[in-house]
Amino acid sequence: MNFAWHLRNGSRLTCRSAPAACRRTFTAQHVMMSRHTHAKRIDGLDKNVWVAFTSVAADPSIVNLGQGYPDIPPPSYVKEALAKAASVDRMNQYTRGFGHPSLVKALSQVYGKVCGRQIDPFKEILVTVGGYGSLFSTMQALVEEGDEVIIIEPFFDCYVPMVRMAGGKPVLIPLRPKPGKIPTSSTDWYLDPDELSRKFNSRTKAIIINTPNNPIGKVFTRDELQVIADLCVKHDTLCFSDEVYEWLVYKGHEHVKIASLPGMWDRTITIGSAGKTFSVTGWKLGWSIGPESLIKHLQTVMQNSLYTCPTPLQEAVAQGFLLNYEMMGQPECYFSSLAEELEGKRDRLAAILQEAGMTPVVPEGGYFMLVDVTPLDQDLSHMTEDEAYDYKFVKWMIKEKKLAAIPVTAFVGEESRKHFEKYIRLCFIKVRRISLRSCILFCTLWYFVIL
Amino acid sequence: MGIIRNLSTNLTVIRQSLLRNHQKTIMSRKVHASRTEGVDKNVWVEFTQLAADYKAVNLGQGFPDFSPPEFIREAFCDAVKGGPAMHQYTRAFGHPPLVKILAKFFSRIVGHEIDPLEDILVTVGAYQALFSAFQALIDEDDEVIIVEPFFDCYQPMVVMAGGKPVYIPLRPREGSAVLSSGDWVLSAEELASKVTPRTKAIVINTPNNPLGKIYKLEELQMIADLCIKHDLLCFSDEVYEWLTYDGAKHVKIASLPGMRERTITIGSAGKSFSATGWKEAVARGFEREYEVFGTPESYFQQLPAMLHSKRQKLATCLQSAGLNPIMPEGGYFMIADISSIEVDLNDESNKDEPRDFRFVKWLIKEKGLATIPVSAFYSSEHGKEFDKYIRFCFVKEDSTLKAAEDILKKWSQKE
Repeated sequence: MNFAWHLRNGSRLTCRSAPAACRRTFTAQHVMMSRHTHAKRIDGLDKNVWVAFTSVAADPSIVNLGQGYPDIPPPSYVKEALAKAASVDRMNQYTRGFGHPSLVKALSQVYGKVCGRQIDPFKEILVTVGGYGSLFSTMQALVEEGDEVIIIEPFFDCYVPMVRMAGGKPVLIPLRPKPGKIPTSSTDWYLDPDELSRKFNSRTKAIIINTPNNPIGKVFTRDELQVIADLCVKHDTLCFSDEVYEWLVYKGHEHVKIASLPGMWDRTITIGSAGKTFSVTGWKLGWSIGPESLIKHLQTVMQNSLYTCPTPLQEAVAQGFLLNYEMMGQPECYFSSLAEELEGKRDRLAAILQEAGMTPVVPEGGYFMLVDVTPLDQDLSHMTEDEAYDYKFVKWMIKEKKLAAIPVTAFVGEESRKHFEKYIRLCFIKVRRISLRSCILFCTLWYFVIL
Repeated sequence: MGIIRNLSTNLTVIRQSLLRNHQKTIMSRKVHASRTEGVDKNVWVEFTQLAADYKAVNLGQGFPDFSPPEFIREAFCDAVKGGPAMHQYTRAFGHPPLVKILAKFFSRIVGHEIDPLEDILVTVGAYQALFSAFQALIDEDDEVIIVEPFFDCYQPMVVMAGGKPVYIPLRPREGSAVLSSGDWVLSAEELASKVTPRTKAIVINTPNNPLGKIYKLEELQMIADLCIKHDLLCFSDEVYEWLTYDGAKHVKIASLPGMRERTITIGSAGKSFSATGWKEAVARGFEREYEVFGTPESYFQQLPAMLHSKRQKLATCLQSAGLNPIMPEGGYFMIADISSIEVDLNDESNKDEPRDFRFVKWLIKEKGLATIPVSAFYSSEHGKEFDKYIRFCFVKEDSTLKAAEDILKKWSQKE
């Protein structure tokens, strides 16, 4: 009687028939399951805030300001470029593994201009599956057991699991509100230089920065970046700079690339995203830019994990970049026009939230806004799960107010939870959601609660 | 006084140059993670570049140079023109319409229910499906049995996951003339001898790249028995599942008793719909195929029928050029034995490389024809036995195959 039969029909074997056979079957099943365990590298990494909240918010009756993706259409020329690319036979087959030639050349042009330096399209650029793919290749290529990686809170949630999956140890440091005032703008949050410098030691391999920051929307100033750069140079560490929202910077603020600071090009990987640049998050294309000495290791990871990214998408993004390159600095350039459009939405949302009695933290960049819900003093004692206040608040808000957001403690470590659990994150790259009608409805609902 | 001034000038210069050097110093310690060591060479990068440099007729890398079928291109255009949601994030583990049709389509084939949300993961190409499987299930020191010849990425992926590859080659059957990929077999005793208490999984690829072998039911049963006996996982790479010839039947090892719960089966839209550059599947393609499955309308019947004649044509050309092809039962590759060819591979630059590598490079440079050396699909311990084979890809336009044919004809006429 073969093993497999036993396993499949184990439940049908009763103890009336050979008890030994029963026991053997049970043991066999037990042995089977104990061997089929996952690899240690993914231990404890299975929880994910997006998986938890996106399905809940998928109900069409809920206004979803949670997950960060636009519901505004992408520019028509990128879609047309995609359709055109797919009609060319060669464009439907494998392209160069480390990045489609027309795309890496376009990236080299655009970023060469922005950075003020020659960027080798073949040696200093890697095209990946989204900003996520760039982060993953970077961690897998450059972080290992024994390495410490400094992460600034609040952080885009994947940084910690990626560092851990690579065997590294995350070392967290929070952005803090400036003393003496309640933060109403992302400029009110800062990194304490002394606290930061104490986080660096001989095991520190890298620091991850994200500017403009998700979820706060902080845009690090040149001076702030200089402090970080000085520490990187002093301690000889790498810098992973996630700049996916680089074009979404509002009036009065400037996006600075840390890689352009003295001593930083050779130790920095800068990450960008087509999804965020052209409002096509579903295309999942991103890139890492840096010195050959680092990019070559990311390329090794790429050739052993995905090998290459989809060709027609890369061709279409290349066309998008070439078009906008000509218009850079002018108002027609999508990189400027999108920011302008979003600034209006930002201001409208901030006003609405204030009307509803909450305290928005107006962001300098990106398309997210933090909101302090403390003034509402919402009683959630009836929700007995062991969760942070913001998780409970968002769940309550989805259920009672039909409005979805993301809890901010998803972006911080255990120790910092108490400093962030009164904040929720709203996304404003939405067109219909911030229409006047839903604003009024939303405010009315809130007033109902407060009164 | 002068000395002091000199000294202070020198000190300034030294300090300045130290500053400059300090800025230039990247990392005094090792930058890269150990997992990237030893996995940086890549046969495709090397040979695709060479083929491009010499503008060779490329029968090397495996991708069609003809268009994907009309219905899939239409589906793609419709998706592009669809509402904004078509261009934004979808469900992480797989776009709902896609996983639903994949579940429906493959449930019918394997004869058991596949749950679209629990049993399927959509990835960026089969490459990433392989990567995810290894990363998720292979730990430090786990042994993974790999059947040679193997698609080259299996080995670095196992290594990157901290595992140890254990190789077992398919060998031409003793005695009979070896004319078909069906004549290459695994020895059951040899396979059993490779299993140790640390063995975690076995990787099979059917239809096989580069050989084109389609594992018969008995062969898969032998592997399945071993998996069950030793409680192993099975990673089954079936990207060429539709490309079978001469009535050879593709069997899914996951459909064998006791295998479902221990097998990951990998498929590819790029190979199914001749759109390797997409690395993503289109639900509509499969929906359409579901309806016409088993009828002459099905692309999964038309494609192998079209490739059948190309397979024949290539085999004939190779024979007349003095190369001995191994007729593949499936896939779109054919390997050929180059032992009877006598050429002077007079190239100092690669004299330490295996014979097939040298031959392929010579063929590119001297004849303008690109292929892939088969020992690239073997471990270093077994490569020597198999360095007399080179791999041709025949999923190409007739014009490409004609160009190759002309090269081979000219060559055979000269001899």
